[in-house]
Amino acid sequence: MTEPQEELIRELEAKAKTIRKDIIKMLAEAGSGHPGGSLSSVEIVTALYFNVLRLKPEEPLWQDRDRFILSKGHAAPVLYAALAERGFFPVDELLTLRKLGSRLQGHPAWGMLPGVEASTGSLGQGLSIGLGMALAGRLDQRDYRVYVLLGDGESQEGQVWEAAMAAAHYRAGNLTAILDYNGLQIDGPIEKVMSPLPLPDKWRAFGWEVREVDGHNFRDLLTAFDWAKGVKDKPSMIIAHTIKGKGVSFMEGMVDWHGKAPNQKLADQALEEIGAGS
Amino acid sequence: MLEQKISTRDAYGKVLVELGRRYPELVVLDADLSKSTKTSEFAKHYPERFFDMGIAEQNMMGTAAGLALAGKIPCASTFAVFATGRAYDQIRNAIAYPGLNVKIVASHAGITVGEDGATHQSIEDISLMRTLPNMTVIVPADAVETAQAVTAAVEMRGPCYIRLGRPAVPVILRDDYRFQLGKAAVLKEGKDAVVFAAGIMVHKAFEAASVLEAEGVEVAVVNVSTIKPLDRETIVKWAKKTRAVVTAEEHSIYGGLGSAVAEVLGEEYPVPVIRVGIKDRFGESGSPDELLTAFQLNTDSVVNAIKKAVCEKSRIAC
Repeated sequence: MTEPQEELIRELEAKAKTIRKDIIKMLAEAGSGHPGGSLSSVEIVTALYFNVLRLKPEEPLWQDRDRFILSKGHAAPVLYAALAERGFFPVDELLTLRKLGSRLQGHPAWGMLPGVEASTGSLGQGLSIGLGMALAGRLDQRDYRVYVLLGDGESQEGQVWEAAMAAAHYRAGNLTAILDYNGLQIDGPIEKVMSPLPLPDKWRAFGWEVREVDGHNFRDLLTAFDWAKGVKDKPSMIIAHTIKGKGVSFMEGMVDWHGKAPNQKLADQALEEIGAGS
Repeated sequence: MLEQKISTRDAYGKVLVELGRRYPELVVLDADLSKSTKTSEFAKHYPERFFDMGIAEQNMMGTAAGLALAGKIPCASTFAVFATGRAYDQIRNAIAYPGLNVKIVASHAGITVGEDGATHQSIEDISLMRTLPNMTVIVPADAVETAQAVTAAVEMRGPCYIRLGRPAVPVILRDDYRFQLGKAAVLKEGKDAVVFAAGIMVHKAFEAASVLEAEGVEVAVVNVSTIKPLDRETIVKWAKKTRAVVTAEEHSIYGGLGSAVAEVLGEEYPVPVIRVGIKDRFGESGSPDELLTAFQLNTDSVVNAIKKAVCEKSRIAC
């Protein structure tokens, strides 16, 4: 495994900043949506779309592409921003989020927007869909990989564990899940609402290879994605420790920013902070 | 009428093997009921394309969605009550909303499941599936139609629900019968009343028509095997011809074929509509034949419904 290059890390950090700004602008324009869990997964999604995933934005249905499924579909802004910045559709279109007639539905809708791989939003469903794609890839002897981003609160859904069991049973080595472990859900801290802990032990017990990383550190993330590619006979789980609302001081660690959009004044403040941030 | 009896699930198991040969992209999923749904036949022939997902229907539907997104044609099978009830949200959001090419072929529908009782007797599955945008809903009348309907479902694009039963039932359609997706089939003509029937009730409708023929009442029998999209044209045409309508199905009178026919006729040609079906109650244990009688789904019930419809017509006429 080679040490990720400094230049690449700097590029990814710059891209993450752009995507954070996109998210704030989109949500302010839409007047509703979910900033907390979009911002917590910016580095994860940026690493995937700008380094890890094998893609052809000009050919979104290319059969050998890697697939990414945003199982925590309420974080749609981070997915849309990454797709637009990667060239799947014009960046201008981001500002149509949640508006009537837009391809950018409140939660990702398959078949409308290039690059969206599945309809998600009803929590707990993405890993099953990813498993189906992984099984199909193996049947077709294609070497694409499937990545699924889960929320930590989402892990309370029983279907997640059905899928976890099945992926291990079918030895889906081409399937990698990433858990956005920001510790908060709408009603409060996950341990207080309905504890899904201990997460690493649970996933290991279900037959997965597990690694924990700092979900805002690109070096950590790239190393972990590299590791996941090397896990051949089991599905792999990257538990990414993150901060809800990351990058905007008044949103960080605040449950109230799970599902409400900033007004223009707060959006301006957020954009300034992101711009000034390192 | 032929005496031969075959269950629709057996016909499914058989045709799947043939379809597996013709369509390499066909894959089959089951939730630990493959011996009952008869997908075990496919599993024997094409083990690499068969996925037993265990007793986990929600994950099965989601996995089927993923397989469809990657170009496969998945058939997902289990009992109707679990397929449509246990995994409803997965069918709604992961399959129907994006309009994916998943075929949900469910067996053991209705009360003819028999002794297992209400938990296993699906009386609301047509209703649940019919209300989903993008979903096609098919209820084959016998083994002949099942083979053709499953083939048509595999050959069309988009989500489809096919409702099959447990017991061996009479084969009523001849080999030259041709199932057409979205078309109701007029199996018998008659000027006094029409029965729009689906599934095992098509056979009961035939029997009822023969009984009434002896009494001088001419009853048309229409097999409405595609419940969605509904063949509005044929339904309105025969309502106009007879002005006395009966619907017959092994399903709740709420939300199934009876509701679908009443919705169309209420808007386009109001006439008396008498619904034979399960009257807002759960099933119970018993043999299939005992249950059909207890739940008023036997030939006599259809006869009485036809008489009531004809009587209503004459009352309105006077």
